[in-house]
Amino acid sequence: MASNSSSDRQRIAQQRLRIIAGHLRAPVDSDSTILAAECKAQGSKTDVSSERKTVPRRRQEILKWNGWGYSDTRFLFNKKGQAEFTGKRYRLSGMIIPALQNWFEGTFGASVQHKSPAMPILTSSAVQPPTLNEAFVDELKSTGIPCSHDAEDRVFRGHGHCLHEVFALREGKVGRVPDIVVWPNCHNDVVKIVELACKHNVCLIPYGGGTSVSSALECPPEETRCIVSLDTSQMNRILWIDEKNLTAHVEAGIVGQELERLLNESGYCTGHEPDSMEFSSLGGWVATRASGMKKNIYGNIEDLVVHVKMVTPQGVIEKGCQCPRMSTGPDIHHFIMGSEGTLGVVTEVTMKIRPMPEYQKYGSVVFPNFEQGVACLREVAKQRCAPASIRLMDNEQFKFGHALKPQVSSIFTSFLDGLKKFYITKFKGFDPDRLCVATLLFEGDREKVLQHEKQVYDIAAKFGGLAAGEDNGQRGYMLTFVIAYLRDLGMDYYVIGESFETSVPWDRVLDICRNVKARIIQECKDKGVQFSPLSTCRVTQTYDAGACVYFYFAFNYRGLSDPVHVYEQVEHAAREEILANGGSLSHHHGVGKLRKEWMRETISDVGMGMLKSVKNYVDPKNIFGNRNLI
Amino acid sequence: SSDLGHALRTYSPSPYEGAPSCSTADLNKAVLESQYLRYVTKEVGSSHWDEDVRQEVCRILEEMSQNLQLGSIRLMAYTLTKVLKRLFTGIFVNMEGLNMLQQAIQESPVILMPNHRSYVDFLVISYILFTYDIPLPVIAAGIPLAGMKMVGEILRRSGAFFIRRAIGSDKLYWAVLSEYVKTIVRKGCAPLEFYVEGLRSRTLKSLMPKLGMMHMVLEPYFKGEVYDITLVPISISYDRVLEESLLAHELLGIPKPKESTTGLLKATKVLQEDYGNMHVNFGRPMSVRRLCQGKINRCQYNLIPRDLPQKPSAETQACVSGLANLMVRIQEEGSLISPWSLMACLLLQAPTTVLTQEGLLWHQLTEKTLWLRKLALDFGAHLNWPGQVPDLDVMSSTVTLHRSVVHLKAGRVYLVREEEPVRKHPISPELDVIRTAAAVLMLASYRNQSLHVFVRPCHAHFPIYELFAFFWFLRDIFSNEFIFIPGKSSQDFEEACFLLNKCGAVDISEQEVIVSDARLEVLSFLQALLQPFIHSYQVMFRYLCEDGGNVFTEKQVLPAVRNRATKLILSGELHTYEALSSDTQKNGLSALQRLKTVTKSEQNEYRVNKAAVRRIDDILCESAYFKYS
Repeated sequence: MASNSSSDRQRIAQQRLRIIAGHLRAPVDSDSTILAAECKAQGSKTDVSSERKTVPRRRQEILKWNGWGYSDTRFLFNKKGQAEFTGKRYRLSGMIIPALQNWFEGTFGASVQHKSPAMPILTSSAVQPPTLNEAFVDELKSTGIPCSHDAEDRVFRGHGHCLHEVFALREGKVGRVPDIVVWPNCHNDVVKIVELACKHNVCLIPYGGGTSVSSALECPPEETRCIVSLDTSQMNRILWIDEKNLTAHVEAGIVGQELERLLNESGYCTGHEPDSMEFSSLGGWVATRASGMKKNIYGNIEDLVVHVKMVTPQGVIEKGCQCPRMSTGPDIHHFIMGSEGTLGVVTEVTMKIRPMPEYQKYGSVVFPNFEQGVACLREVAKQRCAPASIRLMDNEQFKFGHALKPQVSSIFTSFLDGLKKFYITKFKGFDPDRLCVATLLFEGDREKVLQHEKQVYDIAAKFGGLAAGEDNGQRGYMLTFVIAYLRDLGMDYYVIGESFETSVPWDRVLDICRNVKARIIQECKDKGVQFSPLSTCRVTQTYDAGACVYFYFAFNYRGLSDPVHVYEQVEHAAREEILANGGSLSHHHGVGKLRKEWMRETISDVGMGMLKSVKNYVDPKNIFGNRNLI
Repeated sequence: SSDLGHALRTYSPSPYEGAPSCSTADLNKAVLESQYLRYVTKEVGSSHWDEDVRQEVCRILEEMSQNLQLGSIRLMAYTLTKVLKRLFTGIFVNMEGLNMLQQAIQESPVILMPNHRSYVDFLVISYILFTYDIPLPVIAAGIPLAGMKMVGEILRRSGAFFIRRAIGSDKLYWAVLSEYVKTIVRKGCAPLEFYVEGLRSRTLKSLMPKLGMMHMVLEPYFKGEVYDITLVPISISYDRVLEESLLAHELLGIPKPKESTTGLLKATKVLQEDYGNMHVNFGRPMSVRRLCQGKINRCQYNLIPRDLPQKPSAETQACVSGLANLMVRIQEEGSLISPWSLMACLLLQAPTTVLTQEGLLWHQLTEKTLWLRKLALDFGAHLNWPGQVPDLDVMSSTVTLHRSVVHLKAGRVYLVREEEPVRKHPISPELDVIRTAAAVLMLASYRNQSLHVFVRPCHAHFPIYELFAFFWFLRDIFSNEFIFIPGKSSQDFEEACFLLNKCGAVDISEQEVIVSDARLEVLSFLQALLQPFIHSYQVMFRYLCEDGGNVFTEKQVLPAVRNRATKLILSGELHTYEALSSDTQKNGLSALQRLKTVTKSEQNEYRVNKAAVRRIDDILCESAYFKYS
């Protein structure tokens, strides 16, 4: 019932938004079904909707320079030692999280007394002066496309969010960063930039949301040419919506949350919700083969894309029609998707859209152990009745999620919680150190959702699962949005960590989870980590033939002289373990430079040759020189 | 009463974490329903999983499966306490090994790998684990034990599961067994105990490991079904082995009595005697994951369903064989060497007629034994030589313990031969040879307990210009006789040189191995130690190239070689009675097979390449009669 009324509220809010937007927007009508937006040359007019822009050119205005997310939002332990989440942006914002400190200290052997604070500000002297290609800069300036070689701007685009990248920033260390940042405003701007880059032989590195976790944004240290970061963030308009075919044509720099918000205003959504959707961009999704939480309904990026336009050194590549499927040789979209910025810049994408779902409902199921949980997910996949999202967290992650429970306001709620706990552990005999929880998200029209819900819960019951309420479910999903903020908190107290993912056939899911977690623990021990690490996983997506598994791994690095190196060795070992257990090199994070060494065994020599020959044809001078993938 | 107390003690072991205890029924059900068995059934011909096959599988499982129950364990504990107390002066266990085991069992599935020298081995590990609150193992046993009335069932309830001998080409049986073993390892429901040597060593010498069981046990690790497996080599050493005389007779071709309950009851007369001490040494638990690092590419299973029956890759086979041999080597290293074994080495180097007729001077033997003790210690042996007692007392009490083999009279030591039954006629010379041989083989088996200490240096007692070639040749010839880890010949060689150098027998300079004159003693001892084997093989080889036809069967060849050896002994041309041992003969035959000079056909017929055998014999001859200048 609660969700129902909240969705009503949402609808009203959207209506209001639409009206406000109508006021703000230029006379281009908001009612017409097809919105047209022309490419405006920069500087000619201020973009009317600039206030609404999620990501400004100067990212430092709202985002942290050495950590995750918004500057106003962070976890901290207050004077009483209680954890707090600052800001106003999230459900958890402004709340006290009483159990976090205990969990944190208990899990990592860390203490809120022992701080390892970051450098507060970036000293520009730490940044090498830019290597500028004067001829290129002059011609670029003559086009009027905005650019900058300000140190902060450059540093912002020289990294993603791998642990070693953030760790270095917190210590104020900056390696090779781009020499200039350029902000094209539309497809044609990109064409001009790429032409100039080819003409003057400078290196281009496309930059979308900056959320890479594969070292994809790192500038190759061996690159001697001027490196230009091509920031697509200002190309963020929905160019048109086609309601007859349910597609939208969107500029590739738009970030996930804005795309959804804008579509919602028209009553639509893409349904593509990767965990990074607040900051990651459409172009980035295409370039890395992204996957969204609700892929069971909407599909992954490869299912969502109808048409892509990419600017390469050889010119623009795109299909000649907007057709749902073609038999015209290998699909050229599959050269573009996953190319990780090595072939060109994705500028515009036509995506499938869907009417916004009428009804959403979270849910959760507790299982006596992980084995039962996996068996249930497998059965759900077999019957092809997976809800929009279904995830199975292991025991450690369940406890982690639990530690994030905000302070409960009423005695009644805490009494109910106690009762629930009693019922599950004492009455049903679940071992609190073995039980695990599946979180669910249902979407669709109300009746079907309820029917679907019953079907899933019935299957769960066969595997000893007990329904455990909407709250547990919702908190599970919240964890994925705040996890990166939590990592920053950990780093304030000598704890470093990372997540990584894989996909694996069903019969190996349990084995890979067990072995990789055990390998992490063993490697930490062997490498001299003093405290047992957090090593946890969840089965986060289901497919017909297998599942996607997500690992979190963090440890207390006190006493280690080179914690990042230790961390990297452990992560490397974990990846080897994944591959040895029949897992993939990556399900959706991509390869970047971090996982390049395993590409050959992943796709075979011939496969490598194919990719290389495409690269050689499309970009013989290696203009797109980020050296990812191959 | 305290024995009863022990049997009824509170037993609360901490098992492998995360392993739910699984009942016999659960285990059998898991095997029955396994995908692997389905695939195999299709392979063996049934187009579908029909009721017949299912019933056949159930029958096999019923015959095989263990039924571990605490009650029986208590009964077993009570009986064993009684029996062991009577047989042995003491049972010694290394506590640090037990502590490491206790720890290991909580971390991953554990495989207990004892050596097998006596029937007593069978439950002693369970008995010790029960005593120290460690989860009880399930134990692989030969099917004949299951056939014993009552006892079979008691063993079953003590955790034994039974395996048929000679499974041969029975694919279904093989599949059920392997799935059964793998399920135990995967689920980690109990430690698994098996004899990697496959059977009880008749010679008290380590046997070439059998690889079938080893493959089954390790596969869950290769396929990623468990994170790791822990192997625990266990060395059981006896001062005196219950079956000493039975074994010697078996080696001479007199069949062992069938395992039966009545047989067991009859054997109770052996309970009247003293067997000294028993030492159980639990080796350091070894992680299969670490042992296999860089040797196994686990990705090899990524492209095919893991349940699909597959022949193991060459890489896997090499790795499994290496591990199995390593385990046997560690068993050897962990075993305790008794003063008696050293004395046996020396006694056997005296001419047999001296032992049977004039007797060996006691003081000569004791002096030489003390010398050998030092050499053994130099070679890194674990000796069980009581420190608080004068050396002479140790040796004389040893001889007393082994009065079935030797006796000391008027300062001389004599070999004890079986008492002659009262007869009208004097016994034939051939029978007399057998009598002596039985005693010699008993002595030889005690020598064999310490052979592994000397065997590597034994192979390297040659001058430098031929040293490595000889070493390599002998290692190759004798690799069925002694345990060498495959592919490690250069390490073995280095170890041999190191030890010889250490004891001062040779000086190894940059390029030369120089024999120091003063240390000829060591070298001749080593040479003499190996000589019975060389001579025995030669009898075998010469028979093959001179007397036999080109094609023969094992049943033909063994008695023929034995006859030839008997004749040679009687004529004084052959000095070692060990040539009569069927074990040595079989090993010689296998060596020829491995060297491809003898080939075995599918009808179990051997075909021999006489010229090649002759060549091998020539080199062997050269090495046997090499004289130091």
